[in-house]
Amino acid sequence: MPRTWSVRAITRASLPILLALTVVEVGSGLVLGTFEATLLQYPSLLVLVPVTIGTAGNLGSILASRLSTAFHLGTLSFDPGDDDLAGNVVATVMLAITVFPVVGAGAWGVAAATGSVRLPVDVVIAVAAVAGASLAVLAVAVTLLATYAAYRFELDPDDVVIPVVTNTCDVLGVVVLFGAVEVLV
Amino acid sequence: MSVRRVAATAYREAAPALAASVLGGLFAGAVLGGMRAQLEAVDGLLVVVPALLATRGNVYASFGARLATGLHQGIIEPHVAAGDRRLRAAVGAAMGNGLLASGFAAAVAFGVLTALGRPVAGLATLVGVALVAGLLSGVALTGAVVAVVFAGYRRGYNPDTLVGPLVTTTGDLFGLAFLVLAVRLIVGGV
Repeated sequence: MPRTWSVRAITRASLPILLALTVVEVGSGLVLGTFEATLLQYPSLLVLVPVTIGTAGNLGSILASRLSTAFHLGTLSFDPGDDDLAGNVVATVMLAITVFPVVGAGAWGVAAATGSVRLPVDVVIAVAAVAGASLAVLAVAVTLLATYAAYRFELDPDDVVIPVVTNTCDVLGVVVLFGAVEVLV
Repeated sequence: MSVRRVAATAYREAAPALAASVLGGLFAGAVLGGMRAQLEAVDGLLVVVPALLATRGNVYASFGARLATGLHQGIIEPHVAAGDRRLRAAVGAAMGNGLLASGFAAAVAFGVLTALGRPVAGLATLVGVALVAGLLSGVALTGAVVAVVFAGYRRGYNPDTLVGPLVTTTGDLFGLAFLVLAVRLIVGGV
């Protein structure tokens, strides 16, 4: 499909969805704002914020682009017994379970190297691990739902699924991190 | 293939990219962790942070994808020529959309925080900080995306696979670093 390379055409195609996603992201900012005092008190948790939401979004977008490719190749079916589907879901959860404890340790290390840490390293690792495992399950659910919706509405999953998944995971990332901090800190 | 085989392959293929993005995210976290003075000086700044970071990703990932498509289709050349109309339009649209979304995010955050009765800095301060940060990180990201996509393409790499990791790792870092600078420029002192 030929696209017009003018400022007006590009803006018309992308600005509405961009502004809608911005409103969603302000929503995640508001959740972040509600536990700002805790985050400012414990720098290691503040360090955890960008890496947690970024990693959740990346897990979702990796799964989304793999499912999208399988969908374009015609090898994907939305059947829980489908090997491709189940295998990719298992891999996403395994990635989260193995990566997030490292993320927690890394965040504690960064906070220790750049200032003072007030939380013990095992608490930060536990927060990251619990948030990460919960996020993996949510990211999988959102990605499957968005890919299935794109398939049902005959949209190209490459165009719609990744922005929806990364931005939804940003919001979920903050909410889940908030939950984990409330329970564990 | 069995579920186990699919899962093992998917894990192996995704792990390096995810590890790289974790490293980038930790750098961004270091900047955010060092921003406590700015966050305390400008009430409501933390509320805008996710929107500003997501804007960088949304705008510049799509700018990079557009450049990659243009290169594949042969309608733009992998050289920076200021006279190239298409390249200028793509850069202009990315910068314009990035600035609009940044200012809009700050205004929405201000409106919601005011309505909720939560402490918030002045509208002009918050929007000013968002716009200055948006402009500076926009210039940096435009340069980074154009340089990497063009150089990568000339060396025979598929620009599509370069853009995503580049924008996610540098976007957060530039986004936060320039946010600190913007607070210093607008509010001063901190």
